[in-house]
Amino acid sequence: MEILIYGITNSVTLALMAIGFSLTFGISGLANFAHGAFFLLGGILTWIFIHQLGIPYFLSALISITLVGLLGFGLYWGLMLRLRGLAINEVIATLAAAIVIIEVLRYLGFSGFTYVLPEFVKGSVQIGESWLDYQRIFLVAIGVALIIFLYIFTHRTKIGLSFRAIAQNERTAISLGIDSDWTAALSLSFGSALAVVAGLAILPLGSIDTQMGYDILISALAVGILGGLESIPGIVIASIILGFGQIIVATFFKAQWQTVVTLAAIVIILAVKPSGILGKYKELEERV
Amino acid sequence: MPETVRYRKERIDRGIKARSDTIYTLSSYRDMLYLLLPRFLPIAALFCLPLLMGSSYWGKVVFYSCIFALLALSWDFMASVGLVSLGQALFFGVGSYVAGSFNFYLKWPIVFTIPVATIGGALICTLLLFPVVRLRGVYFSMVTLILPLLFDHLIETLEILGGTHGLLSLTPFPNHWLAIYIAMIAVVGVLFGFRRLINEDFGLVLRGIKDDDRVVMAGGINIYWYKAQAIFIASAVGCFAGALMTHYYQFVGRSAFALDNTILPLAGAVLGGPGSFAGATLGTFILVPLSEALRGIGGLRMALYGIILIAALAVLPEGLFHYIERKYHQFERDVKI
Repeated sequence: MEILIYGITNSVTLALMAIGFSLTFGISGLANFAHGAFFLLGGILTWIFIHQLGIPYFLSALISITLVGLLGFGLYWGLMLRLRGLAINEVIATLAAAIVIIEVLRYLGFSGFTYVLPEFVKGSVQIGESWLDYQRIFLVAIGVALIIFLYIFTHRTKIGLSFRAIAQNERTAISLGIDSDWTAALSLSFGSALAVVAGLAILPLGSIDTQMGYDILISALAVGILGGLESIPGIVIASIILGFGQIIVATFFKAQWQTVVTLAAIVIILAVKPSGILGKYKELEERV
Repeated sequence: MPETVRYRKERIDRGIKARSDTIYTLSSYRDMLYLLLPRFLPIAALFCLPLLMGSSYWGKVVFYSCIFALLALSWDFMASVGLVSLGQALFFGVGSYVAGSFNFYLKWPIVFTIPVATIGGALICTLLLFPVVRLRGVYFSMVTLILPLLFDHLIETLEILGGTHGLLSLTPFPNHWLAIYIAMIAVVGVLFGFRRLINEDFGLVLRGIKDDDRVVMAGGINIYWYKAQAIFIASAVGCFAGALMTHYYQFVGRSAFALDNTILPLAGAVLGGPGSFAGATLGTFILVPLSEALRGIGGLRMALYGIILIAALAVLPEGLFHYIERKYHQFERDVKI
């Protein structure tokens, strides 16, 4: 029972971390290594709005989601557009942007027990033998809602459809009147905003630590590589595998072995099917 | 009627380029100087540098520059096969830990630990990355980014190889000069070795893999084998740098896998200009002393590397070295008509 509960919450946490990254990568082919940095930045901005400026929680959450979304858009429009097409330079540039954000935040000292985001609802509930706080229930609810929302968004709305069009064939999409730069910038902006949403759901479980900026990126990459970077169902499956795997190992062996699960999963999937469990689009190109 | 002497400007490289590019014939001492000066002046300057600095603080900085230059060269070599690594720290860390543990647990002397760390570490890295050679582009970069960070976690959580404390009091070099000149000879050797290697038939295949791997495959060449060989060569250089650093510090710890060891060589190579090896060396020899001079800003150094990386990519994507090289070839002289 414990394994089931913690496995589900852990899986949803991983999925939340990975989903924004996957969205951006799936659409514009842009590996946003600044994902973890945006996650962190969103949390800290919200904290500043609440505690320094005294803005109510939901308003400050909305503002920081918008701000980071705009920052993502700016990052694309100001920097990525110049490097478009050189995949490697894009990666180096986003990684550099991530380092700048994280290290500046670290320098300013946004780390430690002072920096705690409020939980949505305080308290916990007993299920069988184990206690479960409401925040984790909310987290699962948010995760599931986001995944459903993203599915509907990419399959039913005009912007979502144009996202997928760019992902499938950029030239055909352009010839049908879809502005590929605009769409890619929007996708980076959406991915960054999703990172903040994930941050707002996950961060209240502990205190903010700048090292998270890198750890979240690693988790997102691990889930993405396992599931297939551009596929949202793949992300869900991969986070379930990794989430339950980590919890099972932590219960029966030692908590420290969780990292080994991640490493082993990545190595095995790369040896067997490098494009990930459900990765399809890039299969031919990347798997030369 | 007196004939007026007229001059026109001519780029000095015209004749030399035509003679030296393909048929390797040089006609005068001027030609030779033109080609040799830019090669020998920096090397001579490099070898004089530690004599000027002595074993002071800046003497150490020269040593660090050499170590990071080796890592940057190793990055550049991988990049010219199309394998863009974001994990030079993996090579550095594996080399450090192999040398460190042989010295710490088995008490082997330096003359054995460094070669063993170079070859053995390179083997370990190649085996680790072998499943990944089928990937390319961003996927490969992601895996290389994750690996050193995961190793860092592994050592921290499993408490192996000294855990969070690291391995202390390893054998030091007999003296400062030996360490620094070994590092320098290695940098120069690797630099010119790589420049030669990449123009041989072997290097031609490697560059072919970068430009279009499917064409190389269609030529009946096993590109995975070639990529593995390239990774072995590059990681041997990286591991060697790690082993040198370990014995210089007399310490190896989790910091060997830190992101700094990835970002600094990367920033150096991108600033200097990827693809020419000399650029990577030039870039690190600018960046490392710069970052030491800015030690005062502490934690912001990493942010500074990030800013330099972004600026270099956005403003001068070809890199400093290629820019200087172009300007050098464009020197003009007056020629009598």
